[in-house]
Amino acid sequence: MTDFSKPTMPGMSRRAVLAGGAALTASLFAPRGLRAQDFPTAAVNTTGLAVTDSTVTIGILHSVTGTMAISETGSVQAEKLAIEQINAMGGVLGRKIQFIQEDGASDWPTFAEKARKLLVNDKVASVMGCWTSASRKAVLPVFEQHNGMLYYPTFYEGLEQSPNVIYTGQEATQQIIAGLDWVNQTKGAKSFYLLGSDYIWPRTSNKIARKHIENFMEGCEVVGEEYYPLGHTQFNSVINKIKLRKPDVIYAIVVGGSNVAFYKQLKAAGIDPTKESPIVLTISVTEDEIRGIGGENVEGSYACMKYFQSLDNPNNIAFVDAFKKMWGADMVIGDVTQAAYLGPWLWKAAVEKAGSFDIDKVREASPGIELPTAPEGYVKIHENHHLWSKTRVGRARADGQYDVVFETADLVEPDPFPEGYQ
Amino acid sequence: MFAGYSAGELTAIFAMQGFAGLILFSVFVLMALGLAIIFGQMGVINMAHGEFMILGAYVTYLVSNAFATHLPDLFSIYFFVAMVLAFLASGALGMLVEWGLIRHLYRRPLDTLLATWGLSLILQQIYRSVFGAREVGVTIPNWMMGSLPLTDMIEVPINGLFVMVLAVGISVSIYALMFRSRWGQQVRAINQNRVMAGAVGINTERTDRLTFGIGCGIAGVAGSAFTMIGSTGPTSGQLYIVDTFLVVVFGGAGSLLGTIASAFTISQAQSVLEFFLSGSMAKVITLLVVVGILMLRPQGLFALKLRK
Repeated sequence: MTDFSKPTMPGMSRRAVLAGGAALTASLFAPRGLRAQDFPTAAVNTTGLAVTDSTVTIGILHSVTGTMAISETGSVQAEKLAIEQINAMGGVLGRKIQFIQEDGASDWPTFAEKARKLLVNDKVASVMGCWTSASRKAVLPVFEQHNGMLYYPTFYEGLEQSPNVIYTGQEATQQIIAGLDWVNQTKGAKSFYLLGSDYIWPRTSNKIARKHIENFMEGCEVVGEEYYPLGHTQFNSVINKIKLRKPDVIYAIVVGGSNVAFYKQLKAAGIDPTKESPIVLTISVTEDEIRGIGGENVEGSYACMKYFQSLDNPNNIAFVDAFKKMWGADMVIGDVTQAAYLGPWLWKAAVEKAGSFDIDKVREASPGIELPTAPEGYVKIHENHHLWSKTRVGRARADGQYDVVFETADLVEPDPFPEGYQ
Repeated sequence: MFAGYSAGELTAIFAMQGFAGLILFSVFVLMALGLAIIFGQMGVINMAHGEFMILGAYVTYLVSNAFATHLPDLFSIYFFVAMVLAFLASGALGMLVEWGLIRHLYRRPLDTLLATWGLSLILQQIYRSVFGAREVGVTIPNWMMGSLPLTDMIEVPINGLFVMVLAVGISVSIYALMFRSRWGQQVRAINQNRVMAGAVGINTERTDRLTFGIGCGIAGVAGSAFTMIGSTGPTSGQLYIVDTFLVVVFGGAGSLLGTIASAFTISQAQSVLEFFLSGSMAKVITLLVVVGILMLRPQGLFALKLRK
């Protein structure tokens, strides 16, 4: 890992030399290129993957049509940016990355079919893809059967650990526990109303939240827990219930179009998040979602995740610059977009550590891979294929960005099968 | 559930819950009126109804942007302009669709289902290409946000009141149009007997086109109003379509009064159940009851007695 131990600041001085914005962040990452002739194809690719003397092909598998396109577009953009930057600095083992992009079309069987196509027909060396847990569960058997490698970017419910997946987002305990402790300790919150859309991620997350509140937080209680069907647009009844119970915190894990309806109606009903009574705490609203909800409706609510676009560190500033240069100045970057950006970099680091594109060797090399140059700050792959990462709390501003008000002192260990929380 | 609350608090909550039910009722009425006209009076199953609503929402988005940049002084009233333009845009698109697609399918109601479903997919993809896959944020004037405190504890959302007033206004206009205007008379005549209506000199083609246009236009107004309470994205129309059909079918196709009665029943049931049970259970029970009643009364709550 000598490539990555290079300090960041000297890299910054190359800014003047490198004109392209894409190359700018790239300069922060492992600036020393490896030459392809030092790694003969026959030696680095013993299993017939799509690797030539000058290129290596990977897959991108997200929904660019259908209802999930809203969320997955950012991930595709981040992955393409990372690939472009890696190529600008010489590629992986001296080989340029080419990618084949497939559309999962927001349909889980389509995801499985396209994953099979990428692995069996295209023989891609790795796949950056999926967003919802449902799509990940659909492709999982395909990746395990054909021994592929998936880099999955979304924060999710945990309870999974596959040898064929690297989870670059946070699992539920990483995201939830620090936020609950923070709101309890700094705001003195004691009572919580849990609310969510009715599917696996909000339900599992709220289960963990409830266990933590009841078993690990002194004198705290859950005063309500509720789920609404995906796409539900009428929240007036539950808002009345919340007013009746008077919780200190509304813990909301509402997603998609429902999110927009929920925040608009919450504000219309006189619960203004800026007044912080009750405090609105969420793990499902990134900068991406705020664009649809409207900053004025979300302002003052708190989000708990690992990345915010407003993070003030040189890696992130360069990343945001490069992203906007590539995709437009009005782009916003949410937690998952940043996690998707890590995928190609983590894969590259693992391949170069292994000195091989072979899936088995990449898997073996993955635990312990460090990425000090990630926009969110230093991350490291755990034995369980999740990332060590910091958890942060941000307060939403009217302009749709977050002010970071808290971050954990240390990296939070990923724990996909938490004891005492099941 | 109510232990430890004072009578005053409970009264306040129930009053607000009553308003919540009425707001839901108004939302259902707005959603369903346009469809009731098209489905009830013309027998066309318009699966693209939600997309006509979202067209209205996007028009509102464009108008709000235009006012914000060019006429910031008048921003507080842009919503009324937006609703008129939404009506015109959705209505015009509706008449175009009627001319290009629907009129060829009047004798084949099931084919209209497939054709309009295809249309809904096409419209969704057009919205996605034009406005992007992400939802757009529609800025609502300040006076329409927030709540109106009636007492210390009872607060009524202003956007809810706005939707209620709009629902009443549109219902009254539709009633006047259907039963007091020449167009309404012609629509009812065609609905009862198309051939005979044509024979006595009613221009059935023109009436059909206008009817479809008005139905879609009302959908556009509804979509415009819903920017206050919901999301505006390419697929947002899908969020409303099931409830809309539920209300119209349960009310009895062909009866506007039935549509309103059905909207009232379903909204009250749902709102009360949501309060006492949970969101998902409320939906399950409401749907079960509707299915049960439709098994006993397949024609819906109110049905016109027609000689077929």
